[in-house]
Amino acid sequence: MPAVDTSAPQTGAILLDAKGLKCPMPIVRTAQAMKNLASGQLLEVLATDPGAVADFAAWSRSTGNEIVTSSVEGGVYRFILRLK
Amino acid sequence: MEDDPLSLVLFSGTDDRLNAAAVLAAGAAALGRPVHIFLQYWALDAFRAHHVDMPHGFAPEAGPEGATKIAALNAAGAASWADTLRAAKEIGEVDIQACTLSMDLLGLEPEQLDPLVDGVEGVTAFYSTAGSGQILFI
Repeated sequence: MPAVDTSAPQTGAILLDAKGLKCPMPIVRTAQAMKNLASGQLLEVLATDPGAVADFAAWSRSTGNEIVTSSVEGGVYRFILRLK
Repeated sequence: MEDDPLSLVLFSGTDDRLNAAAVLAAGAAALGRPVHIFLQYWALDAFRAHHVDMPHGFAPEAGPEGATKIAALNAAGAASWADTLRAAKEIGEVDIQACTLSMDLLGLEPEQLDPLVDGVEGVTAFYSTAGSGQILFI
C-alpha cells in the first residue's frame, strides 16, 4: 500500500502517491485515504495509470468530491481533490 | 447512479476472470454503489479458506501467451483479486455470498470459506437483493 505522506507543504494537502498502481487501485486508494479526511480537506494524488484522468473525472461526478486542479508532467498525473 | 446496486454472479474460478470481477466490484464500490457478489461453482471453490491467495490458473482463451502477459502485469505490481476485493470492502458496501447449491456441490461448510465471504444464500435471496439493479455473470 502506498504511504500517505502528511508533509506536502505546497498545497497543505495530504499526499497520496499512487504512481505505478494499476486500475482501479488509484481510485480505491483515494477512496481509502478520503475516509480519514474531514469535509473540505485536500488530497493530492499522483498517478501514472493512463485511465486516471477519465476515472477521476467520473469519480468526482459520482461522489460529489471536487477536482480542484488536474495536471500532467512527465507521465505523472497530479490531482488536487477536495472532500465534499 | 451512486445508489444503484451492482450484482456480480461469479462462476469461473480462474485468476484472470476473478481479477476482472474484482476490478468491477472495486470500481463500483469507489463510486458509492452497493456491490453484491454471488459465488457459484468454481468461483466458490476459489474462495475456500487459505485458497484465495493461491494460483488458480487462467481461462482457456488466455493460452500460454496470455498467461505470460498476466504474469508480467502481476510482476509490475497489479493487485491480486483477493487484495482488490479486500480493499473494495474497506471503501464501500461489498457483500459476498456463497450459493447454497454450490456449497452442497463442493461439500463445503460455511466455516471452510475465506473471511471475504459474508454468508451463504439461495438464488431467491440473491434476486431479492439484486432488485432491479444490474446483474453481471462472470
